[in-house]
Amino acid sequence: MIQASPSVAARNIGRGGQDPSRHPGLNLHPHDGEAHEEAEELVFGFWVFLMSDLIIFSMLFATYGTMLDALAGGPGPHQLFELSSAAMETAVLLVSSFTFGMASLAMKYRQSVGQTSFWLAVTLVLGLIFLGLELHDFADMIAKGGTPSRSGWLSACFALIGTHGLHVTTGCLWIAVMLVQLKVFGLDTGVKTRLLRLGLFWHFLDIVWVGIFSVVYLLGLAP
Amino acid sequence: MTSFLFGKLGYGALPFYSAIATVAASMVVLGAIGVVAFITYLRGWKALWTDWLTSVDHKRIGIMYIVVSFVMLARALAEAMLMRAQQVAGYQSPGFLPPEHFAQLFTTHGTIMIFFMAMPFLIGLYNFVMPLQIGARDVSYPLMNSVSLAFTTAGAMLMMVSLCIGKFSTGGWSGYPPYTELAFSPDVGVDYWIWALTLSSIGNTMTGVNFAVTIYKKRAPGMHLFRMPLFAWTALCVSILMIFAMPPLTVATLMLAMDRYLDMHFFTNTDGGNMMNYINMFWLFGHPEVYILILPAFGVYSETVSTFSSKTLYGYTSLVWATISIAVLSFTVWLHHFFTMGQNGNVNAVFGIATMLIAIPTGVKIFNWTLTMFRGRIRMTVPMLYASAFMILFAIGGSTGVMLANPGFDYQAHNTLFLVAHFHNMLIPGLLFGMLSGYHYWFPKAFGFRLHEGWGRTTFWCWCLGFIFAFMPLYALGALGMPRRSQEYFEGAYLPYAIVAMFGALIIGFAMVAMIVQLYVSIKDRAATNVFVGDPWDGRTLEWSVSAPPPEYNFAILPEVGGRDTFFADKRHGRAYRIPQHYEPIEMPANSPLGFIVCVDMGVTGFALTWHIWWLTIGGLLVFAIAIIARSFNRHTKRIISTAEIRETEKRWIEAFQFEPAIPVEDEVTNLNRGLARIPAE
Ligand SMILES: [Cu+2]
Repeated sequence: MIQASPSVAARNIGRGGQDPSRHPGLNLHPHDGEAHEEAEELVFGFWVFLMSDLIIFSMLFATYGTMLDALAGGPGPHQLFELSSAAMETAVLLVSSFTFGMASLAMKYRQSVGQTSFWLAVTLVLGLIFLGLELHDFADMIAKGGTPSRSGWLSACFALIGTHGLHVTTGCLWIAVMLVQLKVFGLDTGVKTRLLRLGLFWHFLDIVWVGIFSVVYLLGLAP
Repeated sequence: MTSFLFGKLGYGALPFYSAIATVAASMVVLGAIGVVAFITYLRGWKALWTDWLTSVDHKRIGIMYIVVSFVMLARALAEAMLMRAQQVAGYQSPGFLPPEHFAQLFTTHGTIMIFFMAMPFLIGLYNFVMPLQIGARDVSYPLMNSVSLAFTTAGAMLMMVSLCIGKFSTGGWSGYPPYTELAFSPDVGVDYWIWALTLSSIGNTMTGVNFAVTIYKKRAPGMHLFRMPLFAWTALCVSILMIFAMPPLTVATLMLAMDRYLDMHFFTNTDGGNMMNYINMFWLFGHPEVYILILPAFGVYSETVSTFSSKTLYGYTSLVWATISIAVLSFTVWLHHFFTMGQNGNVNAVFGIATMLIAIPTGVKIFNWTLTMFRGRIRMTVPMLYASAFMILFAIGGSTGVMLANPGFDYQAHNTLFLVAHFHNMLIPGLLFGMLSGYHYWFPKAFGFRLHEGWGRTTFWCWCLGFIFAFMPLYALGALGMPRRSQEYFEGAYLPYAIVAMFGALIIGFAMVAMIVQLYVSIKDRAATNVFVGDPWDGRTLEWSVSAPPPEYNFAILPEVGGRDTFFADKRHGRAYRIPQHYEPIEMPANSPLGFIVCVDMGVTGFALTWHIWWLTIGGLLVFAIAIIARSFNRHTKRIISTAEIRETEKRWIEAFQFEPAIPVEDEVTNLNRGLARIPAE
C-alpha cells in the first residue's frame, strides 16, 4: 500500500497504526491495517450514498402520506392488507439482519470463509423468502382489485413498497455475487470492504422496512 | 402502433415536420460525421481511447465534461436566437416557427442549459481544479467519476438524438404535469425529457457523493477545512446540495414515467392523482439547483478577484459562512416557485421572507470581493472583466429577485417575461460568466498555454453587451404583461422591445463565434504562449504549484500545508520550487473501459425506453448489471508509477523553472509570460 491515503498514514503513525474505530460501520480486525485504510474512504462514502438514498425513500413516504385519501373509490387498506403476512415479512427481514450480523462477526473474529459464507447464504435465503412473501402480497392485492393503476393511493403504495423490494432484490444479487467472490478470492481486502458496505445496505433496508410496516400497514389497518 | 422489434419507432419519427427541424437534424448528423472524419484524419482513435475515453484521471474527466458542455451550449444558443427571431416575426403573424416547434425549442433550451451545459461545465471545473487545490492525487472514487460522466453524456446524447428522431417534449424544462401526462402529451417527447433528466441526475448524485468524500478524506496534510481555498469550499457545499437535491428530481421524473408507462396516478387529473406533489418535489430539487449553479461561480470569483488583485481574500471566514448559509437556506424556500398555486397567505409570507433572507449572505459576498479589490494591484484581465461585470449585473438581478420574493408582486409577474429576465439575469452573470472566468483562468493550467487575450476581451464584451441588450428589454416586456413562451402576439407595444432583445441575442451569437475563433487562434499560437512552469498569474493556491498541464499524479511529493494561500506564501518565503531529495513510487488507478461501456449502454437503454423497445431496454439493463459485476471481479485496478518515471517527468519541469525567465505581473498577458511569476520585492 503506497501512499494511497497519506493523511490516514500520517495519523496512523501517531496512534500506532491501531485505531479500531476509524470509520463508521463494523470495524475490521484491529490489526488489519491495509483493509482499514481501504475501508475508511469506501465505507464513509457508502454512508453518504445511503443518506442520498434515504431522501428517495423520504420522498416516497411523503407522497404516500399525501395520498392516504386518494382512493378514488377504489379499495383501501382494510380491504387489501393482511397484517399477518406483513408481520411475517417483518420477522423474516429482522432475522435476516441478525444473520447478516453473524456473517459480519464471522468475518471479523473468525476470519472464516466457510462461516461467513454460511451466514450470508442464510441471509440470502431469508431475503428471497421476504421477496416471495412480498410478491404474494402484491398478487393478493391485485386479485382483490387493488392494482397500482387503480388509484393515487395504490400507485403511491406500490411505488413505496416496490422501491424497497427493488432494493432488497439488488441486495440479494449483491449477496450472491459476494458468495462467489468469497469462493474465488477468500477474505481479501476487496471482499471485506464490500461485505462491510453490503452489511450497511442490508441493515438500512431493514430500517426502511420498519418504517413501511409502521406507516403503511399498522397505521393503515388501525381502526 | 408498436412492433416488437422497433417499439413505437417508425418512419413518422423522421424530422420532416418543419424545415428548421430538418436542417437542425442534418447539422447534428453532419457534425457527428465531421468529428469522426477529423479524428480519423488525425489518426487519433487509439489516443482517444487510451488517453480519454478509458481514462479515470480527474483532470481528463473534467476536460471531457467541459467539452460536452460547450457542444450543448452551442446548440442551446442557436435555439435561443431562433426563439427571439420568432418573437420578432410573430407580431400579428404566425412567424416562421409552428407553435409546436416553438414549444419544443423553449423546452430543449431550458433543459440543455441547466442539465447539459451548466451542470457539466461546473462539474468539469470542479473535477479539474478541486483535487489539485486540496493537494490530492485524485478524487476518492476515480472509476465512479468516469461512470458519472458516462451518465451525463448518455443524457446529452439522448438530447441530440431527439433532434433527429421523433420530437422533444413541449412541456417546458420543468415538465409540469398534468400537461406532460400521457393524456395531453401522447408522443415520445416527454419520454425523451424524462430519461435524459433521469440519466443526468443519477450522474450528478454520484458526483456529489464523490466530491464530498474527496474533500472530507483526501485533503493534504495540514489542509484544514478552514484553510481550503474558497473554490473548494463551494465544491463541498455544492456536493452536499447535489446529494440531497438530486434524489427528489429522480423520484419526480420516475413517478411521471410510471404515470405514463404503467398507467399509474401520481400526478394525473383523475383517479386520485395530485400534480402538486410533482411541483413540490421538482422545486425541492429546483431551488437548491439554483445554488448548485451559482455557488461554483462564487468560488471562481473568489479565486480570480484575489489573484488578479494580488491580495488575500477579504473576510475569508465570513465568505465561508455565507456559502454555508446560502446552501442551507436554499432548501427552505422552494415554495416561492408556486406562490400563485393556492396555498394560504401565511405560507406564502413565510417562504417569501425566507427567500429574501438569502440576499443577506449574497450581499456579504459582494462586499467581500469589493473589499478584496480595494487598494489591490488590480489587473483587468479577462477573468477579472467577467468578475466585475458579474458584480454589477448580479446586483440588478438580485434586486429583481427580492421583488419577486414578495408574493404580492409575484402574482403580477409570474409567467411573464419579467421572470425570464430575472433568472437569466442570475444565471448568465452568476453562472456562465463565472464558468467563463474560470475557463480563462485555469485553461493554461489544463493545457499548458494561455488563451488569446484580445479575442477573450472581444468574447467578453459580446457576452456582456449581448446580455444587456437581450434581457433588460424583457424586464420591460414583463412589466407590460407579455407572457413568457409566446409564439405569437398582437400587442404592438411589445414589438420594439422584442427587436432589441433579438439584437442582443445576435451579439451573444457572435460571442459564441468569437469564443471558437479564440480557441482556434490560441491553439495555433500555443508555442508562443506556453506556460509549462505552471504559474502564469502569480497564483495563490496549490494547483499553481505544479507544471501545466499537471502530471497524472498531480504532486510528486504531497504538499504540506501551513495556512491559507499556501503556494503564495511559499513563494514569498522562498519555499516554493524546492527539489526533493528522492521520490517514491505512486499508486494510481488504472484505465478502465467501464465508463465508456456504461455511456453507450445507458444511451441505448434511454433510447429504447423512450420508444418502448422492451427487448432492448432489458438487454441494456442486463449489460449494465453484468459490466458492474464483472468489474467487481477485477483485482488489477491499480497501476504503480515507478520512481524512474516520476524522476524523468519531474526533471523536465525542474529544468523549466530553473531556466525560464520570471515575469512581473504587469507582463502576464504578454508573450514574455512563460509561467513563472516574479516575486515582487516587499
Ligand atoms: Cu427558487
